[in-house]
Amino acid sequence: MSENFKVTIDNITVEVAPGTTILEAARKVGGAVAPPTMCYYSKLEGSGGKCRTCLVEVSKGSEKDPRPMPKLVASCRTTVMDGMEVKNITSEKVPDARAGVTEFLLLNHPLDCPVCDQAGECDLQDLGYEHGKEGTRTEFPRRTFAPEDIGPYIQLHMNRCILCYRCVYTAEQLTERREHGVLDRGDHSRISTCIKNSLDNEFIGNVIDVCPVGALTDKTFRFKNRVWFTKPLDAHRNCSNPNCCGEVRLWMRGDEVYRVTARKDEWGEVATASNGKTGWICNECRFDKKDTKDWVIEGPTNINRHSVISQGHYAGTEGTAGKAEKLIDKVIGQEPKYTLDIHSVSEVNKPSVHLDRIPGPAHSNDFK
Amino acid sequence: MKLLLEKAHIEGIRYYDTYRKNGGYSSVEKALKMSPDEIVEEVKKSGLRGRGGAGFPTGMKWSFLAKPEGVPRHLVCNADESEPGTFKDRYLMEFLPHLFIEGMIISSYALGSNTSYIYIRGEYAWIPDILEQAIAEAKEAGWLGKNIKGTGFDCEIYVQRGGGAYICGEETALIESLEGKRGNPRIKPPFPAVQGLWMRPTVVNNVETIAAVGPIITMGGDEYAKLGAGRSTGTKLISACGNLNKPGVYEIDFNLSVEEFIYSDEYCGGIPNGKKLKACIPGGSSVPILPANLLLHESNGNKRLMNYESLSEGGFQTGTMLGSGGFIVLDEDQCVVRHTMSLAHFYNHESCGQCSPCREGTGWMYKILKNIEYGKGKMEDIDLLWDIQRRIEGNTICPLGDAAAWPVAAAIRHFRDEFEWHVLHPEEAQTRNYGLAHYAEPRTIVAAQ
Repeated sequence: MSENFKVTIDNITVEVAPGTTILEAARKVGGAVAPPTMCYYSKLEGSGGKCRTCLVEVSKGSEKDPRPMPKLVASCRTTVMDGMEVKNITSEKVPDARAGVTEFLLLNHPLDCPVCDQAGECDLQDLGYEHGKEGTRTEFPRRTFAPEDIGPYIQLHMNRCILCYRCVYTAEQLTERREHGVLDRGDHSRISTCIKNSLDNEFIGNVIDVCPVGALTDKTFRFKNRVWFTKPLDAHRNCSNPNCCGEVRLWMRGDEVYRVTARKDEWGEVATASNGKTGWICNECRFDKKDTKDWVIEGPTNINRHSVISQGHYAGTEGTAGKAEKLIDKVIGQEPKYTLDIHSVSEVNKPSVHLDRIPGPAHSNDFK
Repeated sequence: MKLLLEKAHIEGIRYYDTYRKNGGYSSVEKALKMSPDEIVEEVKKSGLRGRGGAGFPTGMKWSFLAKPEGVPRHLVCNADESEPGTFKDRYLMEFLPHLFIEGMIISSYALGSNTSYIYIRGEYAWIPDILEQAIAEAKEAGWLGKNIKGTGFDCEIYVQRGGGAYICGEETALIESLEGKRGNPRIKPPFPAVQGLWMRPTVVNNVETIAAVGPIITMGGDEYAKLGAGRSTGTKLISACGNLNKPGVYEIDFNLSVEEFIYSDEYCGGIPNGKKLKACIPGGSSVPILPANLLLHESNGNKRLMNYESLSEGGFQTGTMLGSGGFIVLDEDQCVVRHTMSLAHFYNHESCGQCSPCREGTGWMYKILKNIEYGKGKMEDIDLLWDIQRRIEGNTICPLGDAAAWPVAAAIRHFRDEFEWHVLHPEEAQTRNYGLAHYAEPRTIVAAQ
């Protein structure tokens, strides 16, 4: 047993085992110190290094060799050294480089969030909000690809793809035969099946969960609902497939199950299941079991994500976006702009009653 | 001083018999009597630097090779010479295949590689046949195969054709391609010296580097180190092209001045039609372009020499790089904007698409440059270009991002007024080039921004 390495990230020191990447060490610290990731997926071997959003500055190489690294490094693929000092949010260069990468990723992205099923739980949206600029500097038509049908379950929107290669690694590591990959080169490279083929392996549905954007979405959920209207519940069933953990998240509206996904951890990755393995689920659980009778429901899911998805769910439950009062506090101070003042045209409610400040739906008692 | 091309003009030197009669393979004879470590030591002493572009000391690269017990090691020769303006390796392989094979055998022996590979670009369609013939001849004469000349060392050399991708000249992408995969560069570390071809320790060297190993063994590392200037030892092949009276491949001494190389009759013979020199890219398309005044003289007024140190004098503010030796000369009639656009198009086309800054940024730069060239540019576009290249450089997996960013950066740094002229005179720029007499005569150096 070799001793643990001490790494200082943004002036916070953590101890990690040798061979840990800077990113994993930063995730141990947590919060804003953890760099954003678009292509790295800790559950997929070989992933990472491609999107360049996790670039960090290494201001001190190690205790033995204190020279700083000349370039920014991809934290997801750089292992720590003893005594290494890393600057992420405290660096001067990193935010600029990250804004650059965000701009590059959004350069040819269609920005069709209003019709995209991923909207609300999209890593690229989060990245854009946190690190992007408000305007675009490009004036060229965006790159487009011809639509392609890749099977009965999965919808491919190549225009939205950021080429993270996660789905390629997923297919390679979860299924026996990978049937899709990256074709062509440069800015016209695309995810495709080359020979027209449908992706129908029993575990291929997991590519939907690993996709950071809306490039691969669930055909059974397509255009049915917005993710922020559906409420997540943890549930499980005894799946006959030995490789499927059967532990899922149901996305419900009313009594209806709209969507089934794997459970995800705080970094947006498929979480570890109770059997200790990564909680990948099979196609049967994901696409066919859309009835509450099929599932044993454990309870509402706590979601900790800086995303629209965490707004409004089970307000008041610990671990979600916060208590109802907090949500209202957020609204106050931002003073929403009214396009029409309801009080000038209606006599129903009094101007003294602020509908947006009433916790929960308005009741006739509120207007008395 | 000619080392590599000394025998290039002997008739039939391409064939084994003629080559052997003219003293060929004597270096292998000498090398096989030495121990592998002694050869590595000789190469280290010679100060030979990688001729592919980066100029990393070859002896040092060889000594980094991991030697775990029971794991085969490989030597891979990078003959994927795709850098625009570079065609020196083609000359070597086409006319002196045995000199190259000789270097391959010695290097394989020194590194303990029993299976070595030559990865050659697909566009050189006829050269693999020449190399395979040379390998067959060498094998027949006993220089390759099992138990070479009774030393107990086995070596096979295989020639692999590439599919015509620029990116496969990057060593890890080359290894991926050689393994039969998509030619995407790997993320380093691990470096090929530890985990390369089939995850085994691998050394990847340029053709010219390997060809130079033969003469080094023949004359000894110390003698070789006496040639050249400072840390640039030996000789270098320069492939000169563009507006020159005598374009071609020249073997130069590192003490040669750039001015002499361009204007003397022994080398390129000056610029045709009495035109003036405007700019030059001395090391293949990826290195920064230099205007005539900065090209001929260093910032301290000394003559600029054709070597690693002198050409990179002053960093990218006033210098450039020797790179792979693809010497591209532009006369006063050439348009730097158009030239930069065509390079940007090349890098856009050749980006592998793996990491985002290079995939998206190269295409964006090309589109902006196209707008400027065709009279649709705006003044802000020039600053935008600068900003894009700054965010690509250094933030990518492999050096292709840097290679795409540097030409654009240098063109704006040194020829900004030409870009501005294009923006201000869109109509005129379509029919005529920016006069450029401004750069034709060496002028006093204004500190670059």
